[in-house]
Amino acid sequence: MGEIRLMKGNEAIAEAAIRAGCDAYFGYPITPQSEVLEYLMAEKPHERTGMVVLQAESEVAAINMVYGAACTGKKVMTSSSSPGISLMQEGISYIAGAELPCLIVNVVRGGPGLGTIQPSQADYFQATKGGGHGDYRLIVLAPSSVQEMADFVKLAFDLAFKYRNPAMILSDGVIGQMMEKIELFEPIPRVNEFDQSWVTTGKTPDRQRNIITSLNLDPYLQEEHNHHLQEKYARMRREDVRYEAIACDDADYLFVAYGSSARICQKAVQLARKKGIKAGLLRPITLFPFPEKILGDLSQSVKGMLAVEMSAGQMVEDVRLAVNGKIPVEHFGRFGGVVHSPEEVLEALEEKIVKPVV
Amino acid sequence: MTEEIIIAGFGGQGVLSMGKILAYSGIMQNMEVSWMPSYGPEMRGGTANVTVILSDERISSPILNVYDTAIILNQQSLDKFEPKVKPGGLLLFDNNGITRYPVRKDIQVCVIEATAEAVRMGSGRVFNMMVLGGFLKLKPVLEIENVLKGLQKSLPPRHHHLIPMNEQAIRRGMELVKPFTVAS
Repeated sequence: MGEIRLMKGNEAIAEAAIRAGCDAYFGYPITPQSEVLEYLMAEKPHERTGMVVLQAESEVAAINMVYGAACTGKKVMTSSSSPGISLMQEGISYIAGAELPCLIVNVVRGGPGLGTIQPSQADYFQATKGGGHGDYRLIVLAPSSVQEMADFVKLAFDLAFKYRNPAMILSDGVIGQMMEKIELFEPIPRVNEFDQSWVTTGKTPDRQRNIITSLNLDPYLQEEHNHHLQEKYARMRREDVRYEAIACDDADYLFVAYGSSARICQKAVQLARKKGIKAGLLRPITLFPFPEKILGDLSQSVKGMLAVEMSAGQMVEDVRLAVNGKIPVEHFGRFGGVVHSPEEVLEALEEKIVKPVV
Repeated sequence: MTEEIIIAGFGGQGVLSMGKILAYSGIMQNMEVSWMPSYGPEMRGGTANVTVILSDERISSPILNVYDTAIILNQQSLDKFEPKVKPGGLLLFDNNGITRYPVRKDIQVCVIEATAEAVRMGSGRVFNMMVLGGFLKLKPVLEIENVLKGLQKSLPPRHHHLIPMNEQAIRRGMELVKPFTVAS
């Protein structure tokens, strides 16, 4: 059994990065994720594993440092919160275009603009639909516990290298700031075992030179490159959809929620069942690729779904696409930094789904 | 067993650290724990609160609207959280600075004069441990030796010499706590 600790979600990300054999972290402080950088600075991972930790002069600099370092085939990452992630979008688009693996952590706060420092889930569109310019996708993982904050760092690096694609951990201020008991995985050596044939660390006599770029002035070649990217995203949809189904087997009504909203809905499921309402919860773990097939399957057996997210309604669009009009799908969520309570969520299920459907 | 607790008071009263010691102690007793600091706009008003959940099972929501126990250290928190104690639950408050007293009769209400005792002892540092002691007397969800282990985990080694003082405060709190009679 691994080491047991009481940690904040943000600290878990930082400790997991060191243990996952991360080579470099570049970041800039912003609430509510500053503990990631603070923990790394205090822990001095350079002395533990040789990992580099650098506070950049801005988020724009940090993401471009990630871009540069990722070209060497190393495990590199950054973390920020909503306004900082917006600043990084140009770099993320370049990294996706150049097909480089890296990890970007977004501990979401209320927006738009500088917004608030309180938790939010209103960056779903930005994370899952591209964010920057061009036809690209990130692998997006949504942890709903401090344990998953740690475990998904390792998973995100695995998937980023499997597909040579940037991966994002989309968290929020609740999971970032709360403390829970976690079991830390054993440290793995800071040696990258993934394919290194594409890296730009100096040409050897036995091969052609490697070129890493997102620029291709020939539109036909660029179209071909885009086809290749789309094939990659299709493969993600086939091979790496992850979700958790809670009390779905006999459910009449379903909550669909990720991250901290999924935790709140889990309580709402318990409250609903006490009242005799057979509710269940489908929790997407990968937001891209989205678990559309299971939602389509569940739409055969449940009478309605309520997407619960701390936004004005973003993921609900993907749920509706998956269900394709077969049953009612509604949205509920507090937003702008306000967190809904389990009681509010249950009330919304009764008002918007149970009453109209019955 | 699941115990859902809110601890609320002013910043600086040791609200968050009391919660942290409870959470660490829960881990020492092999329980699942969560610690969620107040993250609402009320932080600006100078009040601090933390939700701590101790459970034998996987914890669902770390954010709650009703609680098994409310540990209350100032008037604003009493006003805000008294209505949010589950029927049959526990409200424990320090009476320092309280002018509007609890009114509910469907819950257990207890008082601890921990601020006054801390002043008498000439040290405010272990005030929160007295309150914790009072809580543990009323709801022995954690064993004292696990709380002491939790303290050891929670405090940096340079403060470990203060553990006996904290233990004393916990035991003093157990003596101090008493039922509060709600006016009819």
